[in-house]
Amino acid sequence: MTETELIDRIQAGDKAACAACVELHAPAVYRLALRMLGSPEEAEDAMQETFLNAFRAIESFEGRAGLATWLYRIANNVVLMRLRKRQPLFVPIDLHGAAGDGEDAAVTPVQLFDWCCLPEEDFATTEAQGELERAIGELPLPLRQVFVLRELEGLSTEETAQTLELTPANVKVRLHRARLWLRERLADYFTELATEKAHG
Amino acid sequence: MAETQRCTHLLADLSDYLDGDAAAEVCAAIERHLAACEDCRVVVDTLSKTVALYHTLPPPDMPDAAQTRLFAALNLDEFSRLYRQ
Ligand SMILES: [Zn+2]
Repeated sequence: MTETELIDRIQAGDKAACAACVELHAPAVYRLALRMLGSPEEAEDAMQETFLNAFRAIESFEGRAGLATWLYRIANNVVLMRLRKRQPLFVPIDLHGAAGDGEDAAVTPVQLFDWCCLPEEDFATTEAQGELERAIGELPLPLRQVFVLRELEGLSTEETAQTLELTPANVKVRLHRARLWLRERLADYFTELATEKAHG
Repeated sequence: MAETQRCTHLLADLSDYLDGDAAAEVCAAIERHLAACEDCRVVVDTLSKTVALYHTLPPPDMPDAAQTRLFAALNLDEFSRLYRQ
């Protein structure tokens, strides 16, 4: 079944087609929600809300963006609403402008210790992975949105731009800043690790 | 870093450089600078290592129970069995 056939059938109210769509896309929606919200329970709720909203709005789906991108976009909106509710004084983020809250953070490298030469096993520990997961979870929101879609979900620059309604140039700038930001955060951890090792 | 204007200038193109998306003359300029600037070399190496590290992270799995509850929430229970191993 092609995607067009699948969408036609969902629009006609075919439950088997809805189920096939859920089966195909739920894991990606769940991963996005979990990376953005940090809690498995909230990710699950956000995933349910995403599909409820999607099937409710399927009539208006025009197929220009592809089903996956469309679902990512709905999921992203659901996630933003939840983050807003979580923080009553949430400052609306300017998703279109060049400079948003936190977007300029840590662009200039400060950490200059070369921790690359640590033995490989130090990078593969549960602790190191946990540190990395935590750092991703703390990325400023405008950077995290781009980072998760582009680098963890593997969307192209154009698909990420479409999903978040940004320009491709803006996606590239945010991705670069996210990487620099993560580098600083990881440097804290790995520099300390290397120093500890050096001093026994 | 960023002590010299050259370092700051270079920084903006580093992701393109690492992704192989930078123009040849940009790559050449970056490599010339790296040969002379230890600080930038560290930034490039650790940035590249950072990218490599997060690409090894295992993607989080959706629990089977979450999928079952999703089908139920969408009134698609009758199909959930089809998709479970
Ligand atoms: Zn330099």
